[in-house]
Amino acid sequence: MLAFLLRRLVAMVLTALCLSLVVFYLTNLPPNLEKLAKSEAGSRITDAEVESWLEKNGHARPLVVRYGEWLGAVPGWTREEGGVTTGRCIRRGQDPAAAPRFCGVLQGDWGYSSFFKAPVAEKLGYHLGLTGILMFWVMLLMVPLSLLIGILAGMREGSKLDRTLSTFSIATTATPEYVSGVILIAVFASSMVGLKWFKGTATGAMEHATFDNFFLPVLTVALYGIGYIARMTRASMTEVMTAQYIRTARLKGVSFRNVVLRHALRNALIAPFTVIMLQFPWLLNGVVITETLFSYKGFGWTLVQAAGNNDIPLLLGCSVVAVFVVLVTQLISDVGYVFLNPRIRIS
Amino acid sequence: MDALGWGAILLAVLGRFWPVWIALAVTFAVSARFRRRLGLYGRLYDSTIGMAGFALVMFWVYTAVFAGGIATHDVLGQISQMKNEMPGTALPDGSGWYLLGGDHLGRDVFSRVVAGSRIVIAIAPLATLFAFMVGITLGLPAGYYGGRLDTVLSFLANLILAFPVILLFYLLVTPEIVRTGLPQYLAIVLFLFPLVFLVVLLNARYHVQPTRRNVMVAAVVLLGGWAYLSLVSAPGTRVAILPQPVDLIDVPPNILIVFVSVVFVNAPTVFRIVRGLTLDIKTRDYVAAAQTRGERPWYIMLWEILPNARGPLIVDFCLRIGYTTILLGTLGFFGLGLSPESPDWGSTINAGRRLLTIAPHPAIVPALALMSLVLGLNLLADGLREESLRD
Repeated sequence: MLAFLLRRLVAMVLTALCLSLVVFYLTNLPPNLEKLAKSEAGSRITDAEVESWLEKNGHARPLVVRYGEWLGAVPGWTREEGGVTTGRCIRRGQDPAAAPRFCGVLQGDWGYSSFFKAPVAEKLGYHLGLTGILMFWVMLLMVPLSLLIGILAGMREGSKLDRTLSTFSIATTATPEYVSGVILIAVFASSMVGLKWFKGTATGAMEHATFDNFFLPVLTVALYGIGYIARMTRASMTEVMTAQYIRTARLKGVSFRNVVLRHALRNALIAPFTVIMLQFPWLLNGVVITETLFSYKGFGWTLVQAAGNNDIPLLLGCSVVAVFVVLVTQLISDVGYVFLNPRIRIS
Repeated sequence: MDALGWGAILLAVLGRFWPVWIALAVTFAVSARFRRRLGLYGRLYDSTIGMAGFALVMFWVYTAVFAGGIATHDVLGQISQMKNEMPGTALPDGSGWYLLGGDHLGRDVFSRVVAGSRIVIAIAPLATLFAFMVGITLGLPAGYYGGRLDTVLSFLANLILAFPVILLFYLLVTPEIVRTGLPQYLAIVLFLFPLVFLVVLLNARYHVQPTRRNVMVAAVVLLGGWAYLSLVSAPGTRVAILPQPVDLIDVPPNILIVFVSVVFVNAPTVFRIVRGLTLDIKTRDYVAAAQTRGERPWYIMLWEILPNARGPLIVDFCLRIGYTTILLGTLGFFGLGLSPESPDWGSTINAGRRLLTIAPHPAIVPALALMSLVLGLNLLADGLREESLRD
């Protein structure tokens, strides 16, 4: 088990390094840097001025070195010009001698967001917190509901209840967030239908989340996942219901209710656990769409702003967080699967 | 002229689709007549769910085919008095109606949705097919040979899969990246796979009949190579291999980028599925028999393993077209790739969402269209799975 964990961790770190290098390369391509120079030093500067701006700010060096600096494995650049020392790790007005040699992600310095004019770590923390609240409510709605649907549908395969619930789950998996969100807003928040039960934006929910400004975004994210988890639960439930020990329990005279609750349920919940964990990366997608649609300024909204405004440090930060979430959930789902199902041995 | 009521709108819309209804009726009548001789496709007609899904999918396919005849107005034609007008509003000059209302620029929502089906129906299945070619060409050897090849390919696939899709799109489909020519280089790599796949497929099959093989392989290389080069090269960009007169297919660069990124996102998942299936099937007796017979590895992979993996692959193909449709919509929703004027469903939803609480119809109509197509594909896949498991 320990060797397995260790191997997975090494693979994870390797993947994270490769991915962050790819993102770093893609965000630091010459056109991006040119755009950055123009947005920082004025949009009408000449090509030669762009060159010199990039030179002055340490962008005109090999990619691997810049990546190392960002990571914090290579000492940050310094530059002396007319007696004034500037450098990656030297804040404006700071004594160069007092500045640290390394300043990268490993040291906890995520850089400075050019769009928000604030440290990336601070911004990311705030917006991630908002997304955390959203995800919490999504999970609270999605997991029990989808498990219930899956178990009810898989309990008696082929029954009318099964057909209805299965069609419902297929319909929700066929509805991406930008479709369900649009429909939900149109039905429950527009003046055309006139129900106006909920609010069409969740901007107010950042300060003070209430049922009527937060329910629609939560439902939008949850709906897409519900169908998928419910279908997996149903498949696993139907498989368990045909097992020998269920038949034995039925023949022994245990009531159907008790068979489902006592015997089938625990065994049927192993597979959905993995699926729920692997849903996180998908939820991340949904979160980006939903937050954009409802203008809820969480992590997804930040990602869109960073990408749209060529904010390189912030985009890098967002990617690291996103990749980290994906890799950690994969690890947890693998480890959790082994704990839940003792029949599986890892060697 | 007066505005139409809801009933009249419904009748008028259904009436506009008359070529589609005729085509659907013919398809169903002919298929139902000969269904016992049509294999898996024929057995689809035994499952209600599968048939409903097939009808939905074919509805949009025929709509795309007859889009020119169904649309009532020009896709880009703007009439300023019709901005955000309700469905069924009559035109100011009295020459007709905007059946499903006007959007924020005064364009006809109905015609745009119909025209948008063309883009989706053209890109989604083709992109999925390309993703399958890539996934199969890499997944078969990874599963069959195993070892270091498998480790490297699986690591690469996991690398791409660990990327959140939207982040990948934002990194690949921006004007800055497009200027560096990166999507075109990706296209060069990805579009090579179908060619390689076909050549290896034919070579493995007709290896013992050299003359026949030479003719077929030469034909594929010549025709496919020409198509490949003219697909990849675009005059005036970094990749301009073919001169203008020989450049047969001229794909607009933004469509090419969307296409490439969708293939790129889908291929690793297909790779994983094919690899898993290969690992399972290669332990069967008929593979051992072929090995004993002295068949070469690629023959075994392509003509023994692949045909026996077709059931799950066909089902996944249907599901994946739906997923690709969703991805295309996502790209449009974030305004990436396709031009904002394009009538594709994602872009239309994006344009309509700003006024959602006042005038929801410009966003709702394409949203429902997209949902019905994806739902159809999901139901079709479900029906196919059910029928193929019945063997």
